Amino acid sequence: MVNVVALAQTVLATAEEGEAVAEAVELVSGGFFAQWAGIMLLTPFAAFIAIILFGKRMKYKGAELAIGAMAINLGWASVLFVSNMTNGIFHEVGFVVADIGQFMGRELVFELGFVVDGLSIMMYWVVAFVGTMVFIYAVSYMQGDVRVPWFFASLSLFAGSMLVLVGAPNLIQLIVGWEGVGLASYLLIGHYWEQKENSSAAMKAFLVNKVADVGLIIGAVIIGRTLGDFRFSSIAKAALAQDEALAGVAVAAGLLLFLGAMGKSAQFPLHVWLPDAMAGPTPVSALMHAATMVTAGIYLMGRMFPLYQNLAQDARAWMVPIAAITLFAMGLLALVTDDIKKVLAYSTVSQLGYMMVAIAAGGYTAALFHLFTHAFFKALLFLGAGSVIHSVDSNNMSDMGGLRKYMPTTYRTFVIGSLSLAGIIPLAGFWSKDEILGVLGEEGYTSFMWLAIAGAFITALYMTRAVALTFHGTYKGEGVPHESPRLMTIPLVVLAVPATIAGLFNIPGVSWGGIGNFTSWIGARVVPMGDPHASEINWGLATAGVAAAALGIALGWSLFGRDARTQKLRDTFEIPVLYPLLRRKYYIDDFYMRGLVNPIKGTIAKGIEFVNGSVIDGIVNGMAFLVGAFGRVVYQGFDQRGIDLAINATAGGTSRLGEALRFLQTGKVQHYAGAFVVGAVVLVVGFVIFA
Amino acid sequence: MIVSQFLVLASLLFSLGVYGLLVRRNAVTVLLAVELMLAGVNINFIAFESVIRDSLASGQIFTIFVLTIAAAEVGIGLGIVLLIFRNRATGNVDELDLMKW
Amino acid sequence: MTFGDWISEPTNWAFLVMAIPLVLAAWRVVTSRNVVHAALSLVFALAASAGLFILLGAEFVAWVLVLVYIGAVIVLFLFGIMITRAPIGMEAELSHAKRWPAALAALSIFTTTSWLSVDAFGTTEIVDVGVPTSTEVLGRGLLGQFVLPFEAVGFLLLAALIGGVTLARRDDNPAEEEARLAAEETEAKP
Repeated sequence: MVNVVALAQTVLATAEEGEAVAEAVELVSGGFFAQWAGIMLLTPFAAFIAIILFGKRMKYKGAELAIGAMAINLGWASVLFVSNMTNGIFHEVGFVVADIGQFMGRELVFELGFVVDGLSIMMYWVVAFVGTMVFIYAVSYMQGDVRVPWFFASLSLFAGSMLVLVGAPNLIQLIVGWEGVGLASYLLIGHYWEQKENSSAAMKAFLVNKVADVGLIIGAVIIGRTLGDFRFSSIAKAALAQDEALAGVAVAAGLLLFLGAMGKSAQFPLHVWLPDAMAGPTPVSALMHAATMVTAGIYLMGRMFPLYQNLAQDARAWMVPIAAITLFAMGLLALVTDDIKKVLAYSTVSQLGYMMVAIAAGGYTAALFHLFTHAFFKALLFLGAGSVIHSVDSNNMSDMGGLRKYMPTTYRTFVIGSLSLAGIIPLAGFWSKDEILGVLGEEGYTSFMWLAIAGAFITALYMTRAVALTFHGTYKGEGVPHESPRLMTIPLVVLAVPATIAGLFNIPGVSWGGIGNFTSWIGARVVPMGDPHASEINWGLATAGVAAAALGIALGWSLFGRDARTQKLRDTFEIPVLYPLLRRKYYIDDFYMRGLVNPIKGTIAKGIEFVNGSVIDGIVNGMAFLVGAFGRVVYQGFDQRGIDLAINATAGGTSRLGEALRFLQTGKVQHYAGAFVVGAVVLVVGFVIFA
Repeated sequence: MIVSQFLVLASLLFSLGVYGLLVRRNAVTVLLAVELMLAGVNINFIAFESVIRDSLASGQIFTIFVLTIAAAEVGIGLGIVLLIFRNRATGNVDELDLMKW
Repeated sequence: MTFGDWISEPTNWAFLVMAIPLVLAAWRVVTSRNVVHAALSLVFALAASAGLFILLGAEFVAWVLVLVYIGAVIVLFLFGIMITRAPIGMEAELSHAKRWPAALAALSIFTTTSWLSVDAFGTTEIVDVGVPTSTEVLGRGLLGQFVLPFEAVGFLLLAALIGGVTLARRDDNPAEEEARLAAEETEAKP
């Protein structure tokens, strides 16, 4: 016992000494655009309502409204984003909507509002930018599809809920947005609900997230109850001041909030919903299940970072391994999946693992930087995959191949996205992944750092496989594929730009003149946050990361670069033990069904069967024997002689009477009702006369 | 105002409902007639309540119960009508004589 | 009390203003040849009876009537009409040809009940016309003295809810569904 306490104290001590917070950024209120930033949170909802009302009659089925709302947000967020580069902005607005009243000895209120600071500005911009690109892309992608107005209405609902989530100044509003994006996700995964598996996938996503949300809600209540306040700024200040009451519940609350984040950000073992969520249309996968919604968990961790950094370090012992398992094991699954969208989905889960491992290890900037870059290249990859699917009309990579010639723009942008994801210098993914590796190394998680480097190798391997199977070799599908229309390729090109250069904003040791670096942008919070900007590149680590990626690409190319080899691989690859394990997705889905659902049902059934078979049957059989013995005596002596005669006479009489009366039975309900009414009147009159 | 005027009105509504119940062929309109009968009953309750005025306002409370049960009845009734329609392709009660001898 | 005395009371004018449309609307409910008109007449009749409730001081019940009936039940009816594809236009066949037995039964009920009530209550005056019963009294009654029936009715509603779902649900047995689709196709072809 003593040892444990002492250990905890050492951890606390190192955290205080070793991790100086970032250089304090000067905070300004941000002027008009920050004061009225709440408008960004409302425009998508206005679009949602307007699309439902007028969408059907409009030329592009309401897409123009959705894009318009997102374009306003993009402009607004860009202004904020740029002004946040020079001076950190902090502005918080909250209206008391309802008085929760006395709750377990605390006076609590429900506030709605918005917060404008470095972190939320970054998220506003990512949501608005990727959202605008995806909406534009979806106009062409969804052309001629079913329920287009409803699709854009749901997307707007999602965008609005996501902005409510990232703009939330307190935990309660965050939960409101959190459930809102969950709802939109449910609606959009099940967009083609006519097929049973799609609506099952939507249901699965919703249920798995609900399990996790329980943790989020309990965690929020614990914190609110302890502090008497749900506001993030209060939580951050209390955490920084080592508030004793908060310290007492910090680990429990932190782990519960982490459970919520595990659901939304698809961490092992709650990741099972994300691959199935690919049942939704591809733009949905790009916007929600890659770039924005699934990063809400990371965002929550970032928002609550002071809590984890200052009070809940002990929670890291759980968080880091879970995230590390996610990043490694889910990458392996991407290797054996044939559905191109599912490859990208597992890749997303794996990358979310990277972000989570970074933030769990204490790398605030590294995690959010990876979130930032990942949003661009993964949205790009998904939109590229959508472009391919649109052209080939199949999700399956074995129906593709050789598309390089037919779809040059898609091919080029897809390769850029893949290289960025694989972490090839100098694309965006390299810089953010390098920073995560650096954090893991610095914080002493060396073994996990090597796991992450191995993960980078696997990332490169599966992305090479995807590119090779899709774009190289010979075409194996039906019909002649064609390049997608401009409306789809332009977003791809636009997204390829940040996927290439976004990493330059946080090169260690470099601060661009006048705009600083990503670390200082998102460090602008109510309390300064994050590690100081690294002073120089850790060349050893960078080399290791790039080498792992290059090795992955080389191996992938040698394995999958030619059709014949791929075919041979397909024929022989099923022998190792690992392969069936991966094909069955580590048996996790099977475990949930057979391991959790069925045994519980089975135990109950067996128990009931035992009671039924042994106890009740015994009583019944005993009784039956006694009754039988008695019955035989009565039957032979009394029944056969005396009663039968009387019975037969009665039966015959009844039968003849029935023959006569059956004609009253017309079967028509109104005849009966009429007879009923007349009978009632007769009875009443009778009572009145005779009583 | 005297209470009888309400009672007579209520019985008029009730008997109109009975008429509709017996004479209508379409099952949905039969249910409409049943609603009319219940409306008559409710007027009776309220009228008696306004004379008796007990401290519990029992008449009004019973009216609320009647309304609730009527809502349940409509729900189930229409469900049955729907089911019959689906199975027999008719919504006319006089064509449903499966219970005939 | 003469008819002159009766008609000179202003509240009785209010009564007539609501009762006459009420009876006319009720008449339309049971005689209209158009199902939708019948349902809408029922709306009208119920609105008028809600007015009578207010006249008698039962304000809460009146608004419950408006909300539950005019708001919800009638919508349910209109759905029912649409789903069962009941003839929405004019329809001569909406009632039976034989109306006289039914009219006789209804008339006998009317005479019996109205005679009995007039006989029993005669000219009993309603004294405090229009004095509303406070909703608090109703609330206390519902959750105090009458809490058991209240719970029972709640349970009934739950049962009706589940029953409604069970009744209206289409079994998604694929084989049956295919057979149904095939039947519809063959129907449609000629």
